[in-house]
Amino acid sequence: MSTTTNTRPAKTSGPTLQQVTALVAGREITMRLRSKSFLISTAILLLGVLASVVIGGFQSQQGVDRITVAVVGSAERAVADSEALEAQSVGTEDEARELVRSGEVEAAVVPDNSADNGTGVLVIADDAPPVDVVQALSLTPPVELLDDSAESPFLAYLVALAFGLVFFMSAMTFGATIAQSVVEEKQTRVVEILMSTVPVRALLAGKVIGNSVLAFGQIALIAVIATIGLLVTEQTPLLSAVGPAVLWFVVFFLFGFVLLAALFAATASLVSRQEDVGAVTSPVTMLVMIPYFLVILFNDNSTVLGIMSYVPFSAPVGMPMRLFLGEAQWWEPIASLLILLATTAVTIVIGSRIYSNSLLRMGGRVKLMDALRGR
Amino acid sequence: MLEVSHITKSFGGRQVLTDVSFTVSPGRLTGFVGGNGAGKTTTMRIILGVLSADSGSVSLGGERLDADSRRLFGYMPEERGLYPKMRVLEQVVYLARLHGLSAREATANATALLEQLGLGERLNDAVETLSLGNQQRAQIAAALVHEPRVLVLDEPFSGLDPMAVEVVLTVLKQRAAMGVPVLFSSHQLDIVERLCDDVVVIADGIIRAAGPREKLREEHSRNVTELLLDGDTGWVRDMPGVTVLDFDGGYALFEAEDEAARQRVLNQALCHGAVVDFARQRPSLTEIFTEVVR
Repeated sequence: MSTTTNTRPAKTSGPTLQQVTALVAGREITMRLRSKSFLISTAILLLGVLASVVIGGFQSQQGVDRITVAVVGSAERAVADSEALEAQSVGTEDEARELVRSGEVEAAVVPDNSADNGTGVLVIADDAPPVDVVQALSLTPPVELLDDSAESPFLAYLVALAFGLVFFMSAMTFGATIAQSVVEEKQTRVVEILMSTVPVRALLAGKVIGNSVLAFGQIALIAVIATIGLLVTEQTPLLSAVGPAVLWFVVFFLFGFVLLAALFAATASLVSRQEDVGAVTSPVTMLVMIPYFLVILFNDNSTVLGIMSYVPFSAPVGMPMRLFLGEAQWWEPIASLLILLATTAVTIVIGSRIYSNSLLRMGGRVKLMDALRGR
Repeated sequence: MLEVSHITKSFGGRQVLTDVSFTVSPGRLTGFVGGNGAGKTTTMRIILGVLSADSGSVSLGGERLDADSRRLFGYMPEERGLYPKMRVLEQVVYLARLHGLSAREATANATALLEQLGLGERLNDAVETLSLGNQQRAQIAAALVHEPRVLVLDEPFSGLDPMAVEVVLTVLKQRAAMGVPVLFSSHQLDIVERLCDDVVVIADGIIRAAGPREKLREEHSRNVTELLLDGDTGWVRDMPGVTVLDFDGGYALFEAEDEAARQRVLNQALCHGAVVDFARQRPSLTEIFTEVVR
């Protein structure tokens, strides 16, 4: 009988809702961080981001490699003015022709003072006109762009792809995690002990917060690694163009993910077996996939992007994209964020109702209307 | 004292509990028996607040239960379950902390309890690697770790081997001795008969009998006496005011209409030979159960 004397009764004042929520969230995070598959997939994702930034930077620097040409006499002056050409002086025109023929130089530039040649030089090449050399020697008029701030369509596509893909992958990964975690508690029946111990809303809040912290942490890590990668490879112009959009993306993602997490938790609570999670959460999965496809297909369509940037489910992708393109006014991200926050709040209220009404119903799939009505 | 008063519950038009009332006294083990689907689990879920009753109330010491007072309950649901991937100690500590214990208290309580239940060697093993019997012990630890003021256990002995039953029983008796009301359900009537101080019988959502075990047996005994004689007992059939229920050579089981008739049989028996046994027979719980749920 003496073996239990060293155990102490619970304090009369119970834990606060915040404390319980923190405990639940803490468990979600600990268990996730203990999973090897999660750590490995995160490492691969981060390496992929780093690799694409570094390789991108490497390739953009290779573009400024200079072309070697042979020059004779006074022609050297014409070549020296061009940044794209590397002059290799030779004594005679015949020597220059020999170098071109052997392939050691791209072309040769020799003086030509014939009356019909206004440029004063002659370009000698092997079997085709060397367009890049000719262009480097040509006189180009200055160009004035009316819309100076617009980004190139190719870069816009890449940024759209990056926002879309990162949102899609993180939301899917952590959405699936939260859905599995809800069903795990139902399937293993541990949920009844939990429900008899803590308020259901603390259970739901802890799950959503725990997984949102993980998802947010992963997104923030991706943003930091991409930034460091851009800095190290000296792509500062790109960084300053993308930077503000990335910051907004991180903020939008935080609230956008909470919205999706509540939906994933609520829908998953309708079933009792892991096998049924995929089917029951597929409408939510669609909500994650649609913004991804839209931003890739319509990143040059300002009407579609405009609508996307205000619809709560696609705002985390649409609004940063418009900010990057310079199409949004300063107040627009704030307005869109408020819409997102309001939607998130309403979703949490409805979601927790579905969640708490479905938790004890084992076996078949609970009908959504029954879960809402609580019958 | 835990008091369940006039609980009614229906699921989608189907009445599962009708005016259920009973009490669980401090320091006593109360057995809650009934067939499958009789309403045991639903009643327990309502006591714990996992389900809400359509009408009626549950009170402890005269005060209606709320979330805060239910926190002091220990509950073991019929549907067993722990997180399969969590370690045993970690799991029990987590549940203790959800009940409001500090990390240090939770660890101390959980370690002591798991050791007492014979899981001292397995503290850091994942729950899923334990045998079902050991998972059951971990589950009991989870229900007791926060030193509950009231214990509600749904089928705590199902799936346990006889040794484990004794271990769990020792733990439950300790709690009862400390003044904790203990309510547990079981369909193993022999266990309930052996262990319980009080019995509550439920059938079709209606309480059919409730009270101290011995009092119930008294109430349901039909003045039946067993006579074992060193000689033939055939003469008992001819005694006035006596009905023989069973008869076999020197053995007779008879029901007497009053005590005088019974005493007359005893006097007569002494004349017929040595009386080996003359005892009033009280019904077993199984007999009472089959009688009241009929």
